[in-house]
This record gives sequence, structure tokens and C-alpha cells, in this order.
Amino acid sequence: MNVIFRVFRNVLNNIRRTSVFILLFLMLTLSFIYALDVPKLQGRVNDYADMISPAVRTQLEAKLKSIEDTDSTQIVILTIPSLKGENLEEYSIKVAEQWKMGQKGVDNGVLLLVARDDRKVRIEVGYGLEGVLTDLLAGRIIDYEILPAFKAGDFDAGFTRGVDAIVQAVKGEYKATAKTKSLEKESSGSRFFPFFILFMIIALISPKRRIWGAVLGALLFPLIALFVFPFGWIFLLAMAPFGFFGGLLLPGLFFSSHRGGGGFFGGGFGGTGDGFSGGDFGGFSGGGGGFGGGGASGGW
Amino acid sequence: MKKNIYKILIVIAVVLAFSGCGYNSMQQNEEAVNKAWGDLESQLQRRADLIPNLVEVVKGYAAHEKETLQAVVEARAKATSFQISPDMLKDPAAMKKFQEVQGSLSSALSRLMVVVEKYPDLKANQNFRDLQHQLEGTENRISVARQRYNAAVERFNFSIRKFPNSITNSLMLHLQRKEYFKADESAKTAPKVKF
Repeated sequence: MNVIFRVFRNVLNNIRRTSVFILLFLMLTLSFIYALDVPKLQGRVNDYADMISPAVRTQLEAKLKSIEDTDSTQIVILTIPSLKGENLEEYSIKVAEQWKMGQKGVDNGVLLLVARDDRKVRIEVGYGLEGVLTDLLAGRIIDYEILPAFKAGDFDAGFTRGVDAIVQAVKGEYKATAKTKSLEKESSGSRFFPFFILFMIIALISPKRRIWGAVLGALLFPLIALFVFPFGWIFLLAMAPFGFFGGLLLPGLFFSSHRGGGGFFGGGFGGTGDGFSGGDFGGFSGGGGGFGGGGASGGW
Repeated sequence: MKKNIYKILIVIAVVLAFSGCGYNSMQQNEEAVNKAWGDLESQLQRRADLIPNLVEVVKGYAAHEKETLQAVVEARAKATSFQISPDMLKDPAAMKKFQEVQGSLSSALSRLMVVVEKYPDLKANQNFRDLQHQLEGTENRISVARQRYNAAVERFNFSIRKFPNSITNSLMLHLQRKEYFKADESAKTAPKVKF
């Protein structure tokens, strides 16, 4: 009897657990359905509304690539079938914030967004280009280059003239520099420098009184970690024991009189903070540029 | 000798306690709010700077709309005369007043934009179109800056209330929660065109 009851209770518990899971899953998917998603960044031309012919698309991509090669300025085109009731400006800044066109620090990105069925166009301008591609100029480009062609039904011409005008406006504002890859590596390596100093100190102190090394490790290891890594403090407190044993074992590593703890720092921390900036592997990704709502909108 | 080591350990423990209790992160979050406020203010200022030009251009074409123009000029004067410094962000009354004056400027402006729809000549005027683009751009930046300010305030308000930080704050920092910059209700509902 008791056994049957227990089995029954287990089954019930399982059902409860799975139903919670299903509910969570449903809630998550629902929240995704309700907001108009930012589509995947496929390249410089993201023609989700099928407005650009293949030939022109290739031309546009080449133009946009050449301006990025010389100036590091990233211009990206996005067409969508419909805004599905969402506000054009709000959607546009959402896309820009997610794709992060332009280089980090100089913020030289531009988004040309077209919503086909809403018949709306927006040029979203990154912080760093607001000086040359002002709201005014962006508005004129929409009014006089893009919209007349769109009104005539010639989307290819509209995109070409629009992109030409944008490129002309931003050209020369920035210079492409050699990728800062090596610099990043260096800075992530220097994070470990404080730890190195700490262990040198411990190594010098602890041969006399081993327990001091351990206490020092327990206190200083989380403290340094707090400044170096962006983790919460509770996690960092959990590191105190690491420091304690580190301090206890370290002398054994330096002064080989002991059995040796076998490299307690064994690469556990490798790979923290390696940024994933613009890939060099043929794909295209935003460089981390910032946007503040500059630019202009229009409709045809 | 032994006493000295104890002293050192106590100092280390105190430092550790300080950095672990959110002392730094709260300061950082407050600074983020101040920065976001600065951005918002500069966009509001930009809008105020554009208005005299706009009024000048509209005047030339729509001399009959004296009242609407007058309302914009007055709302601008009120908005620019009432400024808020970052340390007033925790003052609900001051923030309410600030939102009111900026909100009435927003609604006066949108009324003007509705009125000018009646003047095709004005709408064709290059100067006016340029101004319109600049004004729209500025309004959009204001709304982005406002969202970011509110997000920074949310982060800050939460950071002074969440657990270990709240103790630190009540004992040492005494930071107060900041006010949000709400979207003005009257500006949100676009005025209807009446014929």
C-alpha cells in the first residue's frame, strides 16, 4: 500500500514538474511572438522583403564593403515586409541596438530600414556620424533620392541612389585602422597580473608561516577577483576557499620541498573576457557602435 | 609583531566588506543616471533651440495661426526657464514640474504641426521641410534618451533596494530613489484635426 502511494506521489510530482516546464516554455515563446523580432544580421544587405534584384544587391554589397574597408564605417540595409503595427522609429533603434553597426568607440554605423507594406523608410544614424549625416541631410536623402524612385516603383534605383548619397555623406569622416585584435589579447592577459603579484607575495611570506599564506590567499584572492572580473560578490566570496588552499599549497609549487599541489590554478579561468568583435572569417557582424535615435524617416 | 598582522588583516577585511556590499556599484549606477539625464537634457535643449527658427518660418506662411504660434513661444519660454540639476532628480515635485513644462511644449508643438497641414505652400517650403526633419529627429532622440534615462533609474533604484546594498545605503550612503521621466499623457494622444 505504502509503495503504491509512493509511486503515485512520484508520478504526481513528475507531472507537476513537467507542467511547470511546459508553462514556462509557452510563456517564453509567447513573449517572442508578441514583439516584432529583430531579424538575423545576414550581411550588409538584409532583404527580407524581396525588394532588391540580385544584380543590384551585389552592387550594393560591394559599395558597402568598400566604404567599410577604407573608412571602417558600417552601413547596413534592412527591408522587412511589415512593421506589424510597431512604431518605425522604435523598431529601427531596436535593430540598431542589437546589430551594433559601426566600430566600438567611434560609433560610425548607419541603418537604412525600409518597411515595404507600411511604405516607410528610415535612416538611423550612429552617434559618430551625426555630425556629417545630420537629421537634415538624412531627411533630404530620403525626400529627394529614395522616395521619388520608390514612388515610381523603382526600388533598385531608390536603394542605389540612397546608398550613394549616404556613402558620399559619410566618406572621409573616419579612417579604417588595423584591427585591434592584438591589443585586446594583451589587455585580457594583463588581468592576471594582479593575481601573479599576489602569489609572489604569498610565495615569499608563507615558507615561514604557512597559515599566513593561506589566510592572505583567502582574503586577497576574492578581493582582486572582485576588481578584475565582473562577477557578483557572493560568487567572489566563494573564491575565498580557493585562495586559502592556493596560499596553503603555493609554497609547495615554488619551493619543491613539498609534494606539489599540481598546479591548482590549472587554466580554470582561461578565456574570460575575450571580446567577439567583427569576425575576420568572411562573415559580417556589427563592430559595437552606439546609436541615440539620430536620423530621419519618410514615407511614400 | 603579531598585533600588527592582526591590524593588517582587519584593514583588509574592512576593504573587502566595502567592495562586497555594493558601495561601488551603487555609486556607479548613480553616475549612470546622471549621465543619462545629461543626454536627455541636451536633447531637450536642442529642441528648444530649433523652435525660434520654426516659428519664424511658419509665421511667414500662416499668419492667421497667431494663437498656436503664441502658445508654442510661451511653452518654450517656460520650458527653458525651468531647469533641473542632477541632485534634484530625487525630488518628485521638481521632476513633476519639469515634466509638465516639457510636456506642454510637446503638445503645443504637435498642435502647430497639425495646423500647418492646412498650408500646402508652407509644406512645400524647403526651409520648413528641413526644420521638420530636424524637429522630428530631435523628438526621436528625446524619446530614446528618455527610455535610457528610465532604464538607468530603474537599475539605480533597484540597486539601492536589493539586499546587501540596502544595508550599506542606509548606514553610509543615504542615496534616495530617483524619479522616472514619464511620457506626457497629453503629448502622447495626438490632437485631432478639426475642419
